[in-house]
Amino acid sequence: MAEQLPALILLAPLFGALLVGLAGPRDRRVCFPVVLGALAVSLCSAVGVLVRVLAGGPVDYFVGGWSEPLGIGIQLRVDTLNGLVLVVIAVVFVLVGVFSIRRAGEENTEKSPQYYTLFLLLAVGVFGMTVTGDAFNLYVLVEVSSLTGYALIAMGSSPRGTVAAFNYVVMGTIGASFYLLGVGYLYMATGALNMAQIHEIVATTGAGGSRTVLVAFILILAGLWTKMAFFPLHGWLPNAYGYCPSTSSSVLAPLVTKVYIYVMIRVMLGVFGAEWIFEHVGWTNIVVWLATVAILAGSLLALAQTEVRKMLCYLIVAEVGYMVGGAWLANRWGMAGAVYHIVADALMTLCLFLAVNIIVKRTGRLRMDAFDGLFRKMPLTMAGFAVGALAMIGIPPTAGFFSKWYLLRGGIESGHFEYVAALLLSSLVNAVLFFRLFERAFFGGNPAGGHHPDRTAAESGPTQQGWVGDSTLLGGEARASTLGPLLAAAALVVAVGLLNGPIVSAILRYFENMPVLGAP
Amino acid sequence: MKKFALVAVIVTGSLLLYAVGDFPAFGDAKSPANAGVEGGFSVSRYYITETAADTAVPNIVTAVLADYRGYDTFFETTVIFIAGLAIFAILRVANPGAPDRRDRPSSDSGVEGDHNRVIIGMTCRLLIPVIQLFALYVVAHGHHSPGGGFQGGVMLGASFILIAIASDLDTALRRFSERRYLALGCVGILIYGGFGLLCQLLDRHFLDYGVLHKLMGVTPVMARSHSMLGVEIGVAFTVTSVMFAIYANLSTRGELRSGL
Amino acid sequence: MDFLRTSVIPHFNYWIYVILMMIGLWAMIGKNNLIKKLIGMSIFQTAIILFYVSIGVKTGADIPIPAHHAHHDEAAAGAGAREEEDKLDPDAFANPLPHVLMLTAIVVGVATLGVALAISQSIHKDFGTLEEDEILEKIKASTHDG
Repeated sequence: MAEQLPALILLAPLFGALLVGLAGPRDRRVCFPVVLGALAVSLCSAVGVLVRVLAGGPVDYFVGGWSEPLGIGIQLRVDTLNGLVLVVIAVVFVLVGVFSIRRAGEENTEKSPQYYTLFLLLAVGVFGMTVTGDAFNLYVLVEVSSLTGYALIAMGSSPRGTVAAFNYVVMGTIGASFYLLGVGYLYMATGALNMAQIHEIVATTGAGGSRTVLVAFILILAGLWTKMAFFPLHGWLPNAYGYCPSTSSSVLAPLVTKVYIYVMIRVMLGVFGAEWIFEHVGWTNIVVWLATVAILAGSLLALAQTEVRKMLCYLIVAEVGYMVGGAWLANRWGMAGAVYHIVADALMTLCLFLAVNIIVKRTGRLRMDAFDGLFRKMPLTMAGFAVGALAMIGIPPTAGFFSKWYLLRGGIESGHFEYVAALLLSSLVNAVLFFRLFERAFFGGNPAGGHHPDRTAAESGPTQQGWVGDSTLLGGEARASTLGPLLAAAALVVAVGLLNGPIVSAILRYFENMPVLGAP
Repeated sequence: MKKFALVAVIVTGSLLLYAVGDFPAFGDAKSPANAGVEGGFSVSRYYITETAADTAVPNIVTAVLADYRGYDTFFETTVIFIAGLAIFAILRVANPGAPDRRDRPSSDSGVEGDHNRVIIGMTCRLLIPVIQLFALYVVAHGHHSPGGGFQGGVMLGASFILIAIASDLDTALRRFSERRYLALGCVGILIYGGFGLLCQLLDRHFLDYGVLHKLMGVTPVMARSHSMLGVEIGVAFTVTSVMFAIYANLSTRGELRSGL
Repeated sequence: MDFLRTSVIPHFNYWIYVILMMIGLWAMIGKNNLIKKLIGMSIFQTAIILFYVSIGVKTGADIPIPAHHAHHDEAAAGAGAREEEDKLDPDAFANPLPHVLMLTAIVVGVATLGVALAISQSIHKDFGTLEEDEILEKIKASTHDG
């Protein structure tokens, strides 16, 4: 049984999706337990695999039993890095699954079974991308997750969301096609599709010096950068995530870009090899500069937004810059910081999106004024939001602080001070952004002169403008099914922060046999 | 935008051409892709020489598709299913104003219902069974000749689309209702995944068909061959229903009323 | 002329594929009409298919379906019989792997195109047009009003 775990991670949601697809239209009540059950199985399997990996090294799984000779079948491979990423993905899916209990039904009244099927299939795609060890299989799973993503964004969203979904389809297809071309070039030069095999050929034979492999690398990188919304290629992201249904954005925003970053790291280390990239090609400076520009541009664009959800979307663009830059610093702290930041950022983005989606739903407003006086009206929601925001800014003991710490250390040790400066500046911008919201939430929206300390929440709360009337809908906290995941995500942000020591040392152990990343 | 597009296109094109000069000559049997890097192992050669012994399937493409790289194909089928589901999710609108299909007078019984379409109707009546029969042949004969679940499935789907074009969508939907094609899409993947799951239950890896010989009463090699036919049938189910679903939704803007 | 003989002619297929890909990419990014963008997408994907299939070509080789009638009867009799047989000459058959990969890519292309068409139909429902600039104008107008 333990041997089947790597496959079980993605097969559970797949069969869950089929079950929902078959039984859901007949009886809606089936959907939710199946979704949660399937995701729980995934989570347990992911944790199980990670435990096995930490105890006994990487776990391989050969689909179809084609293990000898290597490369004829498709290999799944779980090591420390993707074991960690798998667990985080599973956690995010479970939390968003709980969040969507009633939400999905409200947003897609007719189509909630289809929504849940697509939701589970998105999980399949994302898990599959993380776990696969085959370059072409990665393409297929990229398409599984992309197509579900297009559908989740386009279904039941506003006209603007539909237009954004179309742009996403076009950009996403360009990205995936570039990746596919890159794999073709690699296949042409090496005759292999298995990642480990390609790595060996690139590292040991003359193929590594050929123009074909170089162009393959550029194509794959360009494709993945498009998919992860790395700055000049980010155009599709803000509108797509900003205008789609809240349950969709809650799962897409925290996960999709991060998974592509993991894929980029996997391709860098597992397909081309750190030595080939940092010594043979050696574009570290260019890419770190690109990342610096991405961080600054993302932060500044976020500052210019008036709608909260779009502001968060631009922050994602900045965060992508953090991680790409960290991975390209060519030292182990930067790389470890990037991987740790994948974990941290997934959780804090989840936190922020859940909170903002609750708030937007409750207040019916997309702009900053939705936050007016919220600390009194929805203290728990705002507490969750605050934890996510503090993590974004980088205040201890949240995970955001430690990930920035490792990234900064990597930047300083490798002498990329432009990257360090950009990181600090972007933290400052985040602080400005979020404290603007906090200010509104504390003092705003009170027509009678704001912050009188003697006015208690009980007095002023329900009498605010727009809050009078239907108190069951508007007044007070959100319901438990949406609040629970938010608070759990907030707790995890802090927990991951406190556990940064063991997590990062496990990640660093992974880089031990890569001398090019610096001696331990 | 145009200028940016032009720059992007030229940069990409010249990048690709930059590598083309480095490519092995067209049709070279000794290129790394066809024969592996010098002295190394070649996956493609392995497939050509060993497929017959491993799987007893003469068509190497089918063997690689459904067995060696069956995991890819499994998700490829899933992608098709997702497309069908996505189009449903994006376009389908309930039309409460429309009368229930079953209540409508069934004057247009059968394909040739409309008097003005006698010729078209009769032609389709003759043609559709042949198309479907040929589609089944293509599915079943994928081991021995070009073909398989995708190709056969597309043909089967086309035969239903032909009904819809020749008479109207209602006629086609009466034979292949929405509920049925949505379910059949799931069932197709369930068949494919079921084969994989069965292997797991017998304590092997996913899609390791060889172990199914215990259930089939043949040699492990033949069990692989038979299982491939099984998964191809699953693929054909999904492809058939999704092709028709795409047509039905796109041609009526998701209303599933009358259509073209 | 010399360039043509040494660089273009031996890699003829690859040159064609690059040109096709450029046409497709140009349409995807540069065109204003959404359907034209999708046509570009199809051209782009087809170019990739041409590229992959070109990789697998071997001059004078057969399709990768070895003479099957004889083999099939033996296979039915039992797989053990194959052991003594001579292995096939790999150079005599075209490379099957690119074909398999492209079957997958074709299917993915069809799926993407279907979803993209559905989205563009839904856009047409909302905006009444498929020209990108008109859509953007309508969006701008609606955000200024509301």
